[in-house]
Amino acid sequence: MGYAAGVDVGSTQTKAVIIDEEGQIVARGLVDTGANVVQAAENAFSISMEEAGIDEGEVDYVIGTGYGRYRVTFGNAQVTEISCHGRGAVHLFPQTRTVVDMGGQDTKAIRVSESGEIVDFCMNDKCAAGTGRFLGAASAALEIPLNDLGDTALNSSRPVKISTTCTVFAESEVLAWLGKGKKVEDILWGVHKSIAMRSSGLMRRVGIEGAITFTGGVSKNSAMVAALEERLEAKLNVSEECHYIGALGAALFALDHIKASRSPVTKEVSA
Amino acid sequence: MTVQETSIVGRGNKEGGALFRRWFKSLDDAAQRGEKAAYVFVMGSMNEVLKAFDMNITFPEITSLQLAVRHIAHEYLEEAEDYGYSPDICGYVKADVALQLRKGEHPMGRIPKPNMTVFTNACNTYIKWGEIWERLHKIPIFTFDVPGHRQLGVHTQPGDKQFEVDRRYVEIQIKELIAKLEEVNGTKFDIDKLRETMEFTNQMSRSWARLLELNRNSPSVYNALTDGTVFLGVANGFRGTKEGADYFANLVEEMEYKVANGIGTTTDESHRLAFVGVPCYPIFRRFSEIFAEWGGTFVQSTYLWFASGGTNRGYQYDLDNPISSLAEGILLSVRDAMDSMFDQTTMLRNAIDEYDLDGVVYHPIKSCRTVSTGLADSRRQLMKDTGIPSLLIESDMMDRRVVSEAQLKNRIDAFFEGLISRKQQAAASRRI
Repeated sequence: MGYAAGVDVGSTQTKAVIIDEEGQIVARGLVDTGANVVQAAENAFSISMEEAGIDEGEVDYVIGTGYGRYRVTFGNAQVTEISCHGRGAVHLFPQTRTVVDMGGQDTKAIRVSESGEIVDFCMNDKCAAGTGRFLGAASAALEIPLNDLGDTALNSSRPVKISTTCTVFAESEVLAWLGKGKKVEDILWGVHKSIAMRSSGLMRRVGIEGAITFTGGVSKNSAMVAALEERLEAKLNVSEECHYIGALGAALFALDHIKASRSPVTKEVSA
Repeated sequence: MTVQETSIVGRGNKEGGALFRRWFKSLDDAAQRGEKAAYVFVMGSMNEVLKAFDMNITFPEITSLQLAVRHIAHEYLEEAEDYGYSPDICGYVKADVALQLRKGEHPMGRIPKPNMTVFTNACNTYIKWGEIWERLHKIPIFTFDVPGHRQLGVHTQPGDKQFEVDRRYVEIQIKELIAKLEEVNGTKFDIDKLRETMEFTNQMSRSWARLLELNRNSPSVYNALTDGTVFLGVANGFRGTKEGADYFANLVEEMEYKVANGIGTTTDESHRLAFVGVPCYPIFRRFSEIFAEWGGTFVQSTYLWFASGGTNRGYQYDLDNPISSLAEGILLSVRDAMDSMFDQTTMLRNAIDEYDLDGVVYHPIKSCRTVSTGLADSRRQLMKDTGIPSLLIESDMMDRRVVSEAQLKNRIDAFFEGLISRKQQAAASRRI
């Protein structure tokens, strides 16, 4: 049998994962989503196929996920990122019962069963407070690259308290703290703590149980991991693969379909 | 489809629409003649008393939601906000403020100015809303203070000492209302006419309770959200009238016919759901369609309970003691409506078995803290008690600025993915 693939079109980045029949990741692809969502999905998928050294004919089933899942025009079906993150997290860390996924525009708290089914979930509504976008605003205001935010924040000794929950106003508040002579690392740690507070609220709404796995692009940020662990008083499961977990979950659903031993939770509808 | 089927199936929606148009036409005609109308609300409308005086009646909640269904609510909301009302204020109120500023201009016809408003304390916004009309139109406002226990699980019943004290308190208020109406209308009160309107309400209440019962059938015979809202419009606007009583008798006949002949509201009823809260009127049809695409249909709704003013209880007035019985009816029905909003968990727990529910959808709205506060907690309690899958999605009943179809769809899709997966797992373990 061939391969299964998942393509996760997020608001900021698009991820693709190809897995073999054992569910092992054989390749990944990552591109910025940009304005052309269809193209981003194709590019991420192409990169992953190139890495795997296979062509499209060898991939038997592709599932699109993420906010742009219906724009994965070469995909066979779509599954929401909520189901995919749950499935992917339990696959990587079988003890997972709670997932916190932090992406560019939304944060999700997901409670899962031992087989990866969604028991309950909760997301931020109407507002990007407590999401990766909040870090983007801080990065712009402080002129520090996004990838360096975490390490800088971890040098903090006296964090400031960021009181606003609005991503747009956060930038003004960061500038105000700079104006008062506060250190950049203290402001940044305050930003991370503020996001952790907001996200933990979502998690409490679904009920925190068992091991917690942190997924999504922001899980690569070491300060965000630390801030969430401090807030939740618990250790989080994090790995390099966590950025790709939505795509991995989609690929696992695709594998289900191929094997047909367990009906996938898919819905074959056109865009 | 047989000739009989053609004539009976779908009749309720057709006749409901026609009655609605006729009601608004009569209001428009009244406005053209320079007549005024009593402004009332769905919880404790006092329609029986007002109809006994042959008053024109308008329900501002209904005129407002019609603007959202017709996709023009934003024009009214923005006008009220420009006038000075905060975006955080109830969308029904703001749409009505703009309607008043536009001298009653409404897509279904002109709404007459008020000559009186009657409301209960069932909703705190009713009181402030009434005060707006009082200032704008210099009219009398009549506030019914409906007492009753709000303690969970504590309900006084007719005959209990406290209930009888409450009844006398409401009776006095009804008599005060009648005196005020005689003054406003310049006509004498006729108690036999009140008996007549109350008898029509009795008929309607019996039919309403039967209607709710009929949707226990599988397949369900109407969609509690879409069809149900048409039924609610008639239940409120035509309460205490022969037209209303006849409409519901016909509706019951239609639904019994559908039950007897296995005619469902959808061809694919895979998931039977209950809806909690107020509908998302800015995308009213689309909202239900997103569920229908997954084979989900709403077979029950707390809206059918509280927005019917408690008619779901099927309460029957005692026509030999009309004022006392009216007081009793208000006490019981308003309390029931409040329970449907604030303690719906008890009722939903029963509905899960009665209606063979697969899931419950909670829909808090930005406009109304009254119906939305506590829904997240209630949901968790119901899930804990019963294990039933549920979904909490937030939007609004009026303001399209806080309605994101893409966000709603994402959550609804995820809900069904989980629901289907769980059903498959359950089926697989049964096979083992």
